[in-house]
Amino acid sequence: MTAQSLFEKVWQRHVVVPETDDTPAILYIDLHLTHEVTSPQAFDVLRARKLPVRRLDRTLATMDHSTPTDTAQIFGGLPIKLESAARQVRQLEVNCAEFGVNLIGLQDSRRGIVHIIGPEQGATQPGKTIVCGDSHTSTHGAFGALAFGIGTTEVGYVLATQCLLQRKPKTLEIVVNGRLPAGVSAKDVVLAVIGRIGVNGGTGHVIEFRGSAIAAMSMDERMTVCNMSIEAGARAGMIAPDATTHEYLKGRPFAPQGADWDKAVADWNTLRSDAGAVYDKSAAFDAGTLEPMITFGTNPGMVTTISGNVPERPGDAVFAKSLAYMGLTAGERMAEKPVQVVFIGSCTNARISDLEAAAAILRGRKVARGVRALIVPGSQQIKLEAEQRGLAKVFTDAGAEWRESGCSMCLGMNGDLVDAGQYCVSTSNRNFEGRQGIGARTLLASPASAAAAAVRGCVTDPREFLG
Amino acid sequence: MDPITVIRSRTVVMPSTNIDTDQIIPARFLTTTVREGLGVSLFADWRYDQAGQPKPDFVLNQPAARGCQVLVAGRNIGCGSSREHAPWALLDFGIRVVISTEIADIFRSNSLKNGLLPVVVDEATHEWLLANPGAEVEVDLPACALRLAEGREVKFPIEAFSRYCLMNGIDELGYLLSQMAAIERYERTREGA
Repeated sequence: MTAQSLFEKVWQRHVVVPETDDTPAILYIDLHLTHEVTSPQAFDVLRARKLPVRRLDRTLATMDHSTPTDTAQIFGGLPIKLESAARQVRQLEVNCAEFGVNLIGLQDSRRGIVHIIGPEQGATQPGKTIVCGDSHTSTHGAFGALAFGIGTTEVGYVLATQCLLQRKPKTLEIVVNGRLPAGVSAKDVVLAVIGRIGVNGGTGHVIEFRGSAIAAMSMDERMTVCNMSIEAGARAGMIAPDATTHEYLKGRPFAPQGADWDKAVADWNTLRSDAGAVYDKSAAFDAGTLEPMITFGTNPGMVTTISGNVPERPGDAVFAKSLAYMGLTAGERMAEKPVQVVFIGSCTNARISDLEAAAAILRGRKVARGVRALIVPGSQQIKLEAEQRGLAKVFTDAGAEWRESGCSMCLGMNGDLVDAGQYCVSTSNRNFEGRQGIGARTLLASPASAAAAAVRGCVTDPREFLG
Repeated sequence: MDPITVIRSRTVVMPSTNIDTDQIIPARFLTTTVREGLGVSLFADWRYDQAGQPKPDFVLNQPAARGCQVLVAGRNIGCGSSREHAPWALLDFGIRVVISTEIADIFRSNSLKNGLLPVVVDEATHEWLLANPGAEVEVDLPACALRLAEGREVKFPIEAFSRYCLMNGIDELGYLLSQMAAIERYERTREGA
């Protein structure tokens, strides 16, 4: 048998009808996650065609994008301030009740960002196909799942048939070998990858991340890496499951139990690329040479080392426009650039280890005067754990705002916004113009770099705080 | 969805590379629960000033853009968010074809499902289009051909089934539902039921 890559193995398992010249493959979807923003129009299609949700047991809904992070609006009986957001949240409740979809609702203790709670609940598992009407669905690939974002029309198709029509994508192998230096995180790895291959380097491809540096990562770190695959243009990023994956999943609510667990692990152990598997493209990175990274422009590929300078590209009008938006000049040093906002959160970096990394720097220190630091845990479970372990107190003692979970300031749909012209060091995934608010200037970085910026009030190499 | 055959229009040109879907339709307009009415918010942050007035220098606000159905964009348009509101907004504004050298995966998929035709062309053709804003072009879906001035014709690739659906004005759901027996068979085999 020909050597297969991890992607090919998972793909093959889910082909209901193979592709032909005339028709794409029909691909079976094991898990459909859905949320309030990209689902209402899909439920309307079901209604119009008098179709039920075909597999309620494979469908899980929650609300995260437009939900407030203010405790009083979630638990205190205050209405959701943003009327259009309140309507959208209510619409999801109505749709889930009408169609019988399992909804992790606004006050549910399991609620959180959809890409954080899928893994947290153990619904995300190796070898599954997972879709959601959200581009950061690539996050779930950290478990060896084939997971990708879809549009609302496709949300409707999956609700109605549990299937999608798909052409088989190409594969891109990203090998990261070696050991990450102290102070360099998974976020820095993926920013370095995007900086090299570009925001379109993965278009049409599924990325498989491999190599000793990837194998050494925790699940939290692997999720950060796969999360940003889409920022390189790849709909999906995957990492082969191993003992770290099994350890993470064991005992979680949706994970297989008892004899089923052993059977599942035996199966998951086959989910790795065969020796000699062929990829359409490859790129290799030496972890030992990587440094903390920060973006300077208006897409995640516009990135440099935190100790570096804004590059110079004379004659590039698009580059110049981007720098003008950012209020930066070519050749300028990134370090010491004053910042007004720090956001620690999002499906990229709001897991417990991200909060630990931030707390390690904020412990016993204060957020600099004139800086607003917003810390938004990725889920209510993470919030609870952070409170029980004293991390939340570290943040509030430092003068940071500690919020209820959600997407929050990553995209500002819920009213958590950065003002025009302000610089925000953000642990999120996109530094597009206006992403965090009209005229907001986003500098993407790791949780440690964000915490360092909060303390110093300017772009800061987090290694300055290493003991 | 109306069937697409041949679209003739002048072009409107946005040469920026990596135009992401957050630009096409900013997140604050995503709290809608319907598909309609997003055209007014298309490119809102580039199109309007702080007072909500149209910026005269923005290409879509210029008189020449009126009635244009073909948008020529810089490389890698549609990157970022999976929001289908992006093609909805473009269509509601009146755009029916997007041309670039590269079109991001999810945006392309969403466009095909809504009757917004994504056309990928070679560098030379792209450069000509960028250099000739307002050019009359003909996009011929049955022939998979883009016709430029002086009878120049460029073939473009398009996935066969999507093309079939677009030409007939149907969505893919009918086909998927027609394959239910195969889907049920697959489920029985895999789930051992």
